[in-house]
Amino acid sequence: METYSLLREFADSWMLLVLFCIFVGIWFWVIRPGSSAAHDEAKNMIFRNDDRPAPREEAEK
Amino acid sequence: MNTGTSNYIKLVVLALATLFTMIAASYARDLAYQVHMIIFMIVAAGLFLTTLRATDEPVKPIPTNEYFDSVVRAGVIATAFWGVVGFLVGVVIAFQLAFPQLNFEWTQGYGNFGRLRPLHTSAVIFAFGGNALIASSFYIVQRTSAARLWGGNLGWFVFWGYQLFIVLAATGYLLGGTQSKEYAEPEWYVDIWLTIVWVAFLACFLGTIIRRKEPHIYVANWFLLSFIVTVAMLHIVNNISIPVSIWGSKSVQVFSGVQDAMVQWWYGHNAVGFFLTAGFLGMMYYFVPKQAERPVFSYKLSIIHFWALIFLYIWAGPHHLHYTALPDWASTLGMVFSIILWMPSWGGMINGLMTLQGAWDKLRTDPVLRMMVTSLAFYGMSTFEGPMMSIRSVNSLSHYTDWTIGHVHSGALGWNGLITFGALYYLVPVLWKRERLYSLSLVSWHFWLATIGIVLYAASMWVTGIMEGLMWREVDANGFLVNSFADTVSAKFPMYVVRGLGGVLFLAGSIIMCYNLWMTVRAAPAKASLGTAVPAE
Repeated sequence: METYSLLREFADSWMLLVLFCIFVGIWFWVIRPGSSAAHDEAKNMIFRNDDRPAPREEAEK
Repeated sequence: MNTGTSNYIKLVVLALATLFTMIAASYARDLAYQVHMIIFMIVAAGLFLTTLRATDEPVKPIPTNEYFDSVVRAGVIATAFWGVVGFLVGVVIAFQLAFPQLNFEWTQGYGNFGRLRPLHTSAVIFAFGGNALIASSFYIVQRTSAARLWGGNLGWFVFWGYQLFIVLAATGYLLGGTQSKEYAEPEWYVDIWLTIVWVAFLACFLGTIIRRKEPHIYVANWFLLSFIVTVAMLHIVNNISIPVSIWGSKSVQVFSGVQDAMVQWWYGHNAVGFFLTAGFLGMMYYFVPKQAERPVFSYKLSIIHFWALIFLYIWAGPHHLHYTALPDWASTLGMVFSIILWMPSWGGMINGLMTLQGAWDKLRTDPVLRMMVTSLAFYGMSTFEGPMMSIRSVNSLSHYTDWTIGHVHSGALGWNGLITFGALYYLVPVLWKRERLYSLSLVSWHFWLATIGIVLYAASMWVTGIMEGLMWREVDANGFLVNSFADTVSAKFPMYVVRGLGGVLFLAGSIIMCYNLWMTVRAAPAKASLGTAVPAE
């Protein structure tokens, strides 16, 4: 089989299915139970650390 | 590696670069290449001297407890400057189309429409838009990562390297150094230079995200990262070409025929999708909530908006090639994806607009927010118009007419322009530590001049575009075409004048903005210093 046909067949079968499943999976990931708290936290993060970087946390090192 | 050794490496590289560009300038086969090599040579030699003078001098340590804002300030200045330049060239070429006498005899070969048009498009997209994107992504990624920009002074390399790219591109167009690919005109060595700068840009951005002190990567960074990565991919694939000679600017594309056309419009449409849409959506998702002082309407919607945009946009390019040698299935695919794309686009618009929920009254008092909201309205309008124009039967009327130009400008002036102005109005007081903008009434003036300018522009282009489309296809009872091409040109004259006037209004608004921002830095009261030390945690 020539490369074009091979790639074309792969692209509109398995690859299409994989990409579609990833996309649908993202929807489920976004609306998963318990995500709202994380999203509320994330969307408010722009209101802190405006003036300088967060101080280095030595305990982590 | 200590700075001493790295300075010696730098000196060697710069010396070799100076030497090579000297040789290249003397062997040059064409003017554009020669001028560019001289520019490279001056830059390399200048950097060599400054590096030499700084060698063995004590190096100022980089303060890790501050954001790297000086490069963002430079980016803000460059954005405003290139914006005015790009709009000015746009006004000039708009009047050149209305009054061909403006293609003066003494500028033939340099200042006529054909040379100035790519100068205008690249100046507004890459110089104005690109600087806005680099500056705001450096600003946003630091704030949302709570970390200083990664890479030390690499940010300065990105900024100045990008300005060098702009200068090379602009001078190249005037001198005829072009590979004739729309929005990708620069020749091979300029492409290589941009690739280097872009990789450094990616490193700065990604390095900062990796070292972030916030657990989550804010959605604006997702959009900005997709913009940087995808533009790198598009740029490299669309510019695969082989130089005819290392001493000349001419190169030959590797793809040919319809493959080349498809690669070009895969690039061209995704330059719109990822440069002018994803990147500016990143700005939108940060600056609109900040200016409204409210978090974004729905974070869930923003994630879905992002992934839907990423999954769909990349397929939309073939709609530029309806009724060409491109296979029907490919152009149908492009058309279908373009239409589906309408949904995530409007999802994003709704998300931005609804951020003002409960704060709509701010529109009365805050002209900056008004500007951002209007830009979202234009985003919604042009992302409806675009899918409609991608439908094959609509495209048969609209393609090659001024309707396309009107569509592009309602998106570029309305969406990209206004959101960038909004971001600049937000950034200047913050970056220069000013209490407020110098004058809000000047912002209102800018807002109305720009909006009326866009309306004049888009409306006149709709009229002339549909008119010329209908004139081109008009046939008489015997099946002969009724109008010659020149008939359409003379019929369009009044609309071309209106378009030019719209451009003048938009340009005037941007000059008012520059004055306002300048006076904000010079005359607005300084923000009272907090005067508190960073607590030792």
